Amino acid sequence: MTNNAVTDVRAGASRWTLRVVVLGYLAFLLVLPVAVILYRTFQHGLAPVVDALTSANAIHAYQVTAVVAGSAVAINTVFGVTAALLVVRHRFPGRRVLDALIDLPIAVSPVVVGLALTLVYGRTTSTGSWLAREGIQIIFSIPGMILATSFVALPLVMRAVVPVLEEIGEEQEQAAATLGANAVQRFTRITLPSIRGALAYGVVLSLARALGEFGAVAVVSGRVVGKTETASLYVLDLYNNFDQTGAYAMATSLAAVAVLSLIVSRFLRPKGSAA
Amino acid sequence: MSALQSDVRPLTRVRARAARPSLGPAISGGLVVSYLSILVLIPLGAVVTHAFDHGWSGFWAQVHSPFAWDALKLTVGMSLLVAFINLVMGTAIAWLLVRDRLPGRQIIDTLIDLPFALPTIVAGVTLILLFGPTSPIGIDLAYARSGVLIALLFVSLPFVVRTVQPVLLEMDRDMEEAAASLGASQFTIFRRIILPTIVPAMAAGTTLAFARALSEFGSTVLISGNLPGKTQVAAVYIYGKIQEDSVTGAAAVSTVLLVVSLVVLLLLNLIQGWVARRD
Repeated sequence: MTNNAVTDVRAGASRWTLRVVVLGYLAFLLVLPVAVILYRTFQHGLAPVVDALTSANAIHAYQVTAVVAGSAVAINTVFGVTAALLVVRHRFPGRRVLDALIDLPIAVSPVVVGLALTLVYGRTTSTGSWLAREGIQIIFSIPGMILATSFVALPLVMRAVVPVLEEIGEEQEQAAATLGANAVQRFTRITLPSIRGALAYGVVLSLARALGEFGAVAVVSGRVVGKTETASLYVLDLYNNFDQTGAYAMATSLAAVAVLSLIVSRFLRPKGSAA
Repeated sequence: MSALQSDVRPLTRVRARAARPSLGPAISGGLVVSYLSILVLIPLGAVVTHAFDHGWSGFWAQVHSPFAWDALKLTVGMSLLVAFINLVMGTAIAWLLVRDRLPGRQIIDTLIDLPFALPTIVAGVTLILLFGPTSPIGIDLAYARSGVLIALLFVSLPFVVRTVQPVLLEMDRDMEEAAASLGASQFTIFRRIILPTIVPAMAAGTTLAFARALSEFGSTVLISGNLPGKTQVAAVYIYGKIQEDSVTGAAAVSTVLLVVSLVVLLLLNLIQGWVARRD
């Protein structure tokens, strides 16, 4: 890093241009929007914000969000670890196709996710009416919202765990196997402790994604106020009903959760990877 | 130690295979494939099937209906523009974060991920506050295509930064210093040494940003005003069709989006293969 003085001077002008352009861009796109919403939320003080966040509908929306996001993340964690172990540890025909298919949800529009689930599990479909006879309602109800949320967050846990699994290899587990450890013991005593950090990172990313999911849940939930409305759906509902104080308060509370998860994920982020 | 390991490994392979003829992977493989089918593959298959409920001509009529076609054109056009701006600005941001010892760059580094973590509808509310009719800075982009552009730029901001940044971090500075000592200008060094190294990462990040812009819904809902034929993006058009119970219309436009996304994903895979081979 021993740049000589001449190149430093020459680089000075272009460096300042770059700084101004980049910082200006980020100020407009990131900092100002956040500053404005904070100002608008708290411009009449704290009381209206507290009132908005503790209204019956708001609390219910938070509860729905917690149930939906919590379930989806739990399911995806089990799936993500299983799929990661499968793809890293075993060679079988179609492995690369499976690997690629798990990434598919990243490229699918949330609205298309909602449509897709409705077309298979909606009440007018054969699967949906069979499930309805069994007393299970998927679409316009919590299970459908969990499915939709699981869909959009599907690859996150697996993608966080795969690089670590590839790095640690199988030697330790094989040694444990020769010493008589069964599959469960090998997983809980060796695999799980070594992927713990990456797993936590993947879970936080999934949770952030799941808490904020809007498009897919908007389609499958039917947006029944006080019943299937998550916090992010409630934001739009308040906004459309001209309850701006409420909308900004809810939006700010969700943004606070997002920032918190960002900070947590920054501590959990595996060293050397930036994504 | 290494002698011990080389003794142990073949032995355990033999033992493990003899004891349990790969029942574990068969079960977990079955579970993974079933879950993927129930959640992703069958539903997406249903979308494509319903798009062709009335045959090819029905599909084409839906896609080519005025507002659907406008929405698709706007979405693809905007996503290309967003991808290009991200290519330039994302690389510049990554450069600033890695190469410029700017005070407070850790804060910027954390902030970059905000669009990933922020719920899209919150982004939508935030952006309409800043760039809407009541804008405190006097810029009103609501109900205009530039409003859509801002929303898409916001949600796709981190992709290029986060793919280019690690490559820049890992780059060896020796070659650049050697080139500088031989009299190469800043521009030549960037073009001949740095750019070839980061181009695959730039391409991968740009592709991801394009895919994200293509599928975006929540952040554009408020600021675009969803004027059909003007500011309505494809995802919002599909949402409208679902609300009208027009399944074929929604499924046809969804299928077009799915096909474009698949092509993009394939392209990304090729780029990643290219990167792997270069390493």
